Amino acid sequence: MTFNRREALAVAAGALAFAVTGARIAWAAAEDTKKALMDFTGGAEPQTGRITLDAPEIAENGNTVPVSVSVESPMTAEDYVESVTILAEGNPSPAVATFHFTAMSGEAAASTRMRLAKTQNVIAVAKMSDGSVFMDTKEVKVTIGGCGG
Amino acid sequence: MAKVKPRVKLQKKADKGEVITIKTLISHPMESGQRKDKSGNVIPRKIINSFKCEFNGKPVFSCDMDPAISANPYLEFMAKVEESGTFAFTWVDDDGSVYTTEEKITVE
Amino acid sequence: MRKAIVFGAAALAIVGAGAASFAEPVNDELVIDGETKIITRAKAPEGSPFEEVTSGWLYRTKETRALEADSFENPGMLYVERGEEIWNMAAGAAGKSCAECHGDASESMKGVGAHYPKWNAEAGKPFNLELQINACREANMKAEPYKFDAPDQKALVTYIKNQSLGTPVAIDLDAGEMRAWWEKGKEAYYTRMGQLNLSCASCHEQNNGKYIRADHLSQGNTNGFPTYRLKQANMVSLHNRFRGCIRDTRAAQPKAFSDVLMALEVYVAWRGTGLSVETPAVRQ
Repeated sequence: MTFNRREALAVAAGALAFAVTGARIAWAAAEDTKKALMDFTGGAEPQTGRITLDAPEIAENGNTVPVSVSVESPMTAEDYVESVTILAEGNPSPAVATFHFTAMSGEAAASTRMRLAKTQNVIAVAKMSDGSVFMDTKEVKVTIGGCGG
Repeated sequence: MAKVKPRVKLQKKADKGEVITIKTLISHPMESGQRKDKSGNVIPRKIINSFKCEFNGKPVFSCDMDPAISANPYLEFMAKVEESGTFAFTWVDDDGSVYTTEEKITVE
Repeated sequence: MRKAIVFGAAALAIVGAGAASFAEPVNDELVIDGETKIITRAKAPEGSPFEEVTSGWLYRTKETRALEADSFENPGMLYVERGEEIWNMAAGAAGKSCAECHGDASESMKGVGAHYPKWNAEAGKPFNLELQINACREANMKAEPYKFDAPDQKALVTYIKNQSLGTPVAIDLDAGEMRAWWEKGKEAYYTRMGQLNLSCASCHEQNNGKYIRADHLSQGNTNGFPTYRLKQANMVSLHNRFRGCIRDTRAAQPKAFSDVLMALEVYVAWRGTGLSVETPAVRQ
């Protein structure tokens, strides 16, 4: 099978269009996540450290993926973790859950189970009572099963 | 399941100032609003959108939930107990229903 | 042309399984709540192609295994609780509940589920728990039989089977015509079917421990059913899973509780002899 010049151009244009659209979708997801993150932090840039996000490297099924967060903090009335939000970059909408803590929580730690549409980065962001913000990211691979998966 | 039923697990006794683990599970389909039925119509979203835990009337922990939370939502968190009392747990459904349960703890 | 496509699909399936990395079931012990020891490896019954039968639990990731090891974190326990409500609820024209005749299920149903399917002389065929419950509803409760996979059917079967948690599976093949049904079930187990031309044995006997796409194939034992499947986030009954597997071979699906699937249940349950009942097991 050989292409004439016009067909070759058409194929190239199609590929380009696909590449551009694909890139735009990827950007949109990243933009949504960035927006959700900034809405949560009130514009503050997150630092690394203090927060640990725990999730499996490979999820056996994307419908039920365990996820845990914990944040180092004295958890006193003066110095505590206000809240932690969990975002999933590759989901139709990035928001997963937001935990709110108090000094009575004792420790800023929580676990839940989430849905992940595909392999993606999961992000946990902690907002401290002094306004500082910390973030941790973990990639979770979501496999597609062979058996009705 | 037809009936939404909350389950909570925590220890019955604790030392003063101890940080205890609380586990909660509630039966709920967490319909995400992303799925379609057999005729192609979107199944409307119906999820539990928030949860809170109070101890003797004071807030301990709360959570806003989005459709990315799995069916039969599970939450595990901690609480520091300084006195005997009652934990009150509340889940709020998109349809306005509120599901509640309580657990007592003795602090020595 | 059609032949070529079918051949191509079957070849793809085999290459897929063969090329995937080999991963043995894990060496791990299942003790539920640190109290109930579960037998996940047992000496295979005489006549089995295996030396050792293994629970599907050993083929799951550590996160999934942990869910089953804690009866609070196991979402299947929500259905056990619902089953207990149904057990105590009067239904049908006779106004009776299960409890009215059978009393406390933790005593009367202890170990019972481990011995199903069981020969039913009156019906002249093996009964599983679903058929036994329906017969009871019609004859004694004057209630409508449950439709296949009705939520209440799944919850009640899960509850009854859970009363045998830890009890080793043991099917009585000497009763009635159980041996003939076992033979029929064995024939079904080794019969290739569907566009992919697969038998139960193609995956669960010849390739267990390997991956089919991303699914880690187990021996396909029935000791954990009804099982909480993370994919459905719901209880999945044994006949639902049988039909799902058959659908995946792209064959026409037999009806739930049809003679062929009842025979298959007798045979497959026997293959898992010695493994503890795990209901509600947690699987992918």
